[in-house]
Amino acid sequence: MAITTSTSQLPTDAVRRRRILPPMTLKLGIGLALTGLITLFGLIGPLLVGDPSAVRDLGLTPPGNGFILGTTQTGQDVFAQLAHATRGSLTIGVVVGAITLVLSAFFGVVGAFVGGWVDEAFSLFTNVMLVIPGLPLVIVISSYVPNKSVWLVAVVLAITSWAGSARVLRGFTLSVRSRDYVLASRVSGERRWRILLVEILPNLIPLLASQVVFAVIFAILGEAGLSFLGLGASGSFTWGTMLFYAQNGLSLRLGAWWWFVPPGLAIALFGAALSLINFSIDEIINPKLRSQTRADRKRWGMTREQLKHAREETA
Amino acid sequence: MRYLGQKLAFYAVACWAALTLNFLIPRLMPGNPVDLMLSKLATRGPVTPTTRAAIEAMLGTESNVSLWRQYLTYLQQLGSGELGTSIAYFPTPVSTVIGQTLPWTVGLIGLAAVMSFVIGVLLGRAAGWRRGSWVDNLIPFTTMLQSVPYFWLALLLLFLLGSTWPVFPLSGGYDVYSVSPGFSLAFFQSVLYHGALPALTIVLSSIGGWMLGMRNMMVSTLSEDYILTAEAKGLTPRRIRSRYAARNAVLPSISGFAISLGFVVAGSIVTEAVFSYPGIGSALLLAVGNNDYALMQGVFLIITLAVLGANLLVDLLYGVIDPRTRARS
Repeated sequence: MAITTSTSQLPTDAVRRRRILPPMTLKLGIGLALTGLITLFGLIGPLLVGDPSAVRDLGLTPPGNGFILGTTQTGQDVFAQLAHATRGSLTIGVVVGAITLVLSAFFGVVGAFVGGWVDEAFSLFTNVMLVIPGLPLVIVISSYVPNKSVWLVAVVLAITSWAGSARVLRGFTLSVRSRDYVLASRVSGERRWRILLVEILPNLIPLLASQVVFAVIFAILGEAGLSFLGLGASGSFTWGTMLFYAQNGLSLRLGAWWWFVPPGLAIALFGAALSLINFSIDEIINPKLRSQTRADRKRWGMTREQLKHAREETA
Repeated sequence: MRYLGQKLAFYAVACWAALTLNFLIPRLMPGNPVDLMLSKLATRGPVTPTTRAAIEAMLGTESNVSLWRQYLTYLQQLGSGELGTSIAYFPTPVSTVIGQTLPWTVGLIGLAAVMSFVIGVLLGRAAGWRRGSWVDNLIPFTTMLQSVPYFWLALLLLFLLGSTWPVFPLSGGYDVYSVSPGFSLAFFQSVLYHGALPALTIVLSSIGGWMLGMRNMMVSTLSEDYILTAEAKGLTPRRIRSRYAARNAVLPSISGFAISLGFVVAGSIVTEAVFSYPGIGSALLLAVGNNDYALMQGVFLIITLAVLGANLLVDLLYGVIDPRTRARS
């Protein structure tokens, strides 16, 4: 008995690993490559470029001439700014993603697992937070605080954005909680925290991953919007503050596209890359999206020519 | 009936939470917004006792009145519709400023959000029905558009269609020089012309989500057994597509529409800033720029209540089109 279980353990482990890691597709490859490149740029870029705030008397030079992406109105190097802004925006994204993960897992998973009035209260709280519009709340809060640190902005963004994922997680936890194997482990006397951590949580990992990815996109977009309105963290460099200065420096009217296009494009590319990763995670959570499509099924049928051939051969 | 009662109770709680949040934020934040506001108001003209009372009720007082009493006064002031006087638009009352700017925002955002939803769902239906067709291949592109920030798309469109090829106006809600607001054809034309670019921005950047969601639900629904049964019965593909698949696949999108309204409003605040659109988002930003806390709180309250109201409407509609929600509760 012991021998059979130990041998049957190996393939199930391999199967499980294959199920948790998404299959390598073109979408996932592009997404991972883009995310990796942008992250690398944010990590290493600031070390290689000069001072992003240094003012020169070379206002609005187009790309080339010693500056890869040209200069701003006051002669600051746009490429150097972009490197520092990438680091700033990614930091916000990661911090908000982490806080959101903790908050949404607590209110979504723990609430649904405990059940009873705790679940009712958590769910009510989540739904109320969900319907209160986030960005206006962030704008109001941040306008009361004159000197904001990056951390404060991150915390405010996280507080206003965790509710959506908490609701998704709650729904999924409820369905996992009532599955037979969880009931079986409960009957066999497993401790509650063990059921939560060992039996339920592994099933939630793909969902948690996709929610974190969403939270990162949302945080970077939210911070960019906030900074663009001039309400971001003071003295920080992000994609949003670059756009804020570009808008205020009349880059649009002056036609200085090299000033306002790169930061926006960076946000768009990073967001798209993360979405591509999310598609692949979605296909694990919902296998129907991946396996035999109607188009595939149509292809199983034979064309007229093939039918004719088949008929001739059988006749 | 029970469904209706539950929904109404939930929105009552949410509404109370919003009011309380609006009450607590200025009191929990550092600094003293009341003195700042009153001194700013005093430079513009005499401050009447009613204005003073309204501002104190909204933003909190330094006096010894207990928080609970302040809360009751605040609710009373709200009940009588008194939101204080705006600094930025001195001496207009906040309620008048909101009354003037709200129709612009509701018109622009309401229309743009509904348009984006309808087009997105129709495209998603087509993409899910024929997987791998050209519509389906649009999806990565529209998702890319979705991760583009609203305001940056607005800047790009403004740069391309406003400055480089001047097809659309650069800013404003209507042509202030040649037409006056009123029920005239010229005014409506001007409003449509000025609203086209902001609306296009909102539609372009939110359509991808609807398309993807609908497409994924459509794919899931099409693999259900009852679709196979319908095919086996020999129903026309059109009937299967719209009555059997899309009818069921659209349900999550509709409940998602309610949730997304908050995000659309958020995005449009920034969009209004780019286009200098005379809506409530611009009023909020002007208030923030001028430390006009009374107007800011008022606008936040109205935006929140509007989103709550829209959510309630969608939820009630959902109860009508999905009988299961009524049966379950």
